[in-house]
Amino acid sequence: MMSTFFAMNGYGFYIWIAYGVAALVLALELFALRSRRRSVLAEARLTGPDEVGYPAGGAE
Amino acid sequence: MSLNWFKYASPATFYPVAGKMIPWFAWSAALLAAVGLYVGLVVAPTDFQQGDAYRIIFIHVPAAWMSMFLYVVMALWSALALGFNTRLSAMMAQAIAPTGALMTFVALWTGAFWGRPTWGTYWAWDARMTSELILLFLYLGVIALRNAIDDPRRADRACAVLTLTGVVNVPIIYFSVHWWNTLHQGSSVSLTKAPAMAAIMLTGMLVMTFAAWFYAIAVSLARARTIMIERERGAAWVSELTEVRNA
Repeated sequence: MMSTFFAMNGYGFYIWIAYGVAALVLALELFALRSRRRSVLAEARLTGPDEVGYPAGGAE
Repeated sequence: MSLNWFKYASPATFYPVAGKMIPWFAWSAALLAAVGLYVGLVVAPTDFQQGDAYRIIFIHVPAAWMSMFLYVVMALWSALALGFNTRLSAMMAQAIAPTGALMTFVALWTGAFWGRPTWGTYWAWDARMTSELILLFLYLGVIALRNAIDDPRRADRACAVLTLTGVVNVPIIYFSVHWWNTLHQGSSVSLTKAPAMAAIMLTGMLVMTFAAWFYAIAVSLARARTIMIERERGAAWVSELTEVRNA
């Protein structure tokens, strides 16, 4: 039952390579975004607020 | 009308709004993808001409549509960034580029593995595929150009100009199957005539399209928030954020 589903009447290789790589790149994007957010947050904490410069809320 | 639209053009205002929107888009995307994959891989019947190979359509077409649509949205934000010189518009354009490149890659990749069993080749230099490949290079070019310029405001303008120049490629992709004799088939779905596919297949494809849409919105907003913190660090509103103080 399951093996006939994965076989896809002989097209399984093409279908699962297509679906698998699509899922993989989406997962990589989410992982990359999460690690970038973490490093950016840590960097912002280390930078701290400017002594002078932006008013709160930004200029525009 | 005293509503001040420019209020929302401030990263400090937009950041929390985007944060509230992301979970809704993310969960909608996950739910729709689950339904769409079930319809596409289990419910929809085997195609009488292509066999089961056609099931690649459920990711190929949504990814291809998103690849073009995201480029147009990126171009609109770029035009706003150039016209009004707003930081947020440029950040939104910057946030879309990686997801656009990803959707373009998925469209090309799934197309290759659909083309092989149905046409006998992974790739052909026909107008549809070549112009879609150029779209991938445009996305990658915009990302590379930004990385090559140190001053973010100069990078905003350079990327906006490149993005707006490249927008000419989008109608070329879309109409390529009409303008040239391509190996790639014409569109199966159009606004002017009845779709050339069974209702259940069309349903699965549209559900997957909405899933891709919500995924792209959620990821772009999340990336935009990260970009805001990266570029506005030192601003008071950033250092006051709980997630920054606890980082």
